[in-house]
Amino acid sequence: MIDSIPLVTPQIAHFSVPLPLKSGALLAAYDLVYETHGQLNAAHSNAILVCHALSGNHHIAGYHQASDKKPGWWDNMIGPGKPIDTRKFFVIGVNNLGGCHGSTGPASINPDTGMAWGSNFPMMTVADWVDTQARLADVLEIRQFAAVVGGSLGGMQALHWSIAYPERVRHCLVIAAAPHLTAQNIAFNDVARQAILTDPDFHGGDYYAHHTTPKRGLKLARMLGHITYLSDDVMGSKFGRVLRHAAINYGYDVEFEIESYLRYQGDKFAESFDANTYLLMTKALDYFDPAHEAGSLKAALAPSMAEFLVISFTTDWRFAPERSREIVRALLDNERRVSYAEIDSAHGHDAFLMPDPHYHALINAYMDRISL
Amino acid sequence: MMRHDFQTIADWISAKAKVLDLGCGNGELLKYLQDTRNIHGYGVEISDEHVLGCVKNGVNVIQRDLEAGLAEFASDSFDYVVLSQTLQAVHHTEAILHEILRVGRQGIITFPNFGYWKNRWQILRGHMPVSEDLPYQWYDTPNVHLCTMHDFEALCAKVGIHIQECVVMTGGHRVNWLRNLSGSLAVYRFTRDGM
Repeated sequence: MIDSIPLVTPQIAHFSVPLPLKSGALLAAYDLVYETHGQLNAAHSNAILVCHALSGNHHIAGYHQASDKKPGWWDNMIGPGKPIDTRKFFVIGVNNLGGCHGSTGPASINPDTGMAWGSNFPMMTVADWVDTQARLADVLEIRQFAAVVGGSLGGMQALHWSIAYPERVRHCLVIAAAPHLTAQNIAFNDVARQAILTDPDFHGGDYYAHHTTPKRGLKLARMLGHITYLSDDVMGSKFGRVLRHAAINYGYDVEFEIESYLRYQGDKFAESFDANTYLLMTKALDYFDPAHEAGSLKAALAPSMAEFLVISFTTDWRFAPERSREIVRALLDNERRVSYAEIDSAHGHDAFLMPDPHYHALINAYMDRISL
Repeated sequence: MMRHDFQTIADWISAKAKVLDLGCGNGELLKYLQDTRNIHGYGVEISDEHVLGCVKNGVNVIQRDLEAGLAEFASDSFDYVVLSQTLQAVHHTEAILHEILRVGRQGIITFPNFGYWKNRWQILRGHMPVSEDLPYQWYDTPNVHLCTMHDFEALCAKVGIHIQECVVMTGGHRVNWLRNLSGSLAVYRFTRDGM
């Protein structure tokens, strides 16, 4: 089972300098949980930050315990001899603030009340996350990252890093991302949120005090999300119209394999993820729009100094190649060094997590060229 | 081995220029220009293999189908736009010429001259030509729009291309007379009419 890297132990950094948030709120103190792979070199020039997406966390690769069934979420990408090679780089995964895997979030205890933050946890934005990640970099004595890497919502964070801390990012890998969500994307997110918000067990976000969780709502949210992360083709080839049992039962129980799969995925997710975190992560996605604040995407990216690799996937309809091209266009308008690849994949948005040989070869070749 | 047209192209390109290479392959020309002219370059490629090759060579590359135009590239944003030995494989020939004129202040195009006497001779003998600059068999070629120098120059006049300079080569050596007959590879530098 454990053939990738030795066990990794997450660490916690505590921050007691108040954090001003974009929403206007101020967070007095907070924890960030993170894990690192590889060794930081003497010059501190080989650090890579991996930003996670909606349901991700700091556990990017390897195993926490020998009994773990699954490695970190990007284990096929990160590790010794892998495209992001931990023999060369010091790779950091951080659970975003507001998360539910060890960083301070809605389920954490608010020291002012002695109760879970719940509905009082402040709203997060991509810019806030990047600020907290920069503070973590300060703690780890990393002045400049060799690269900041992210897919989907993680790609938005990578892009924002290049804007907010241009001198701290040498290379920026923006994968399956977008410069902002479309109306359709926001619509999907809102249906997901409504499923949670209208669950009777939600209790206005303060379900912790009621010793319950809005599992039905979170399950529905995840089922909806999951559909949009796959392509029609891959769903068709994986499940088709295959029935669970020999014949149709003319009822509302699981009949088709796809129903069984989605319900299973929804249940599994609802067991392990916090509904409030899901809500605020989807809002952070909706709010991200650097072009709106700067007047244009070109103007937004004007401060960036990094070299960019932008990657999209042909069947990704949630963060379509056209959206990545908008980023590329704005970088070209700013005469930044940028390469763009459109990976031929059947896997929809989820393709960025898949071990496609060409995709991995490309990342590998790009990372190989990064001088330390 | 460096392609015969690269040196001629490099001679025309000024130091630190901004260069777009359409159909850039593995980025050999751009890498050469980066190393020798300190240019700021981008390549455009459709093939996965070549995109990977460019990344390995440390050359900026944008994956896109040339036939669909150059939408990511702003008008007048490059000093030179190069189309080397790709014109003959392009379907929408006039459209790509218009895009080159839109994006670049100067264009550089190289192509195998179908009018070269050895090509004519092979046709006279009843066969489609196969040569150093036209290395494909008729049934296995990416080329769809082969032309002679005369043909190309006629199209230039039609689309508003003003030819500034032309170098013609055979076997890597310049030829200076009866060029449409004695030249195997044509290299043109041009601007928009009226510039």
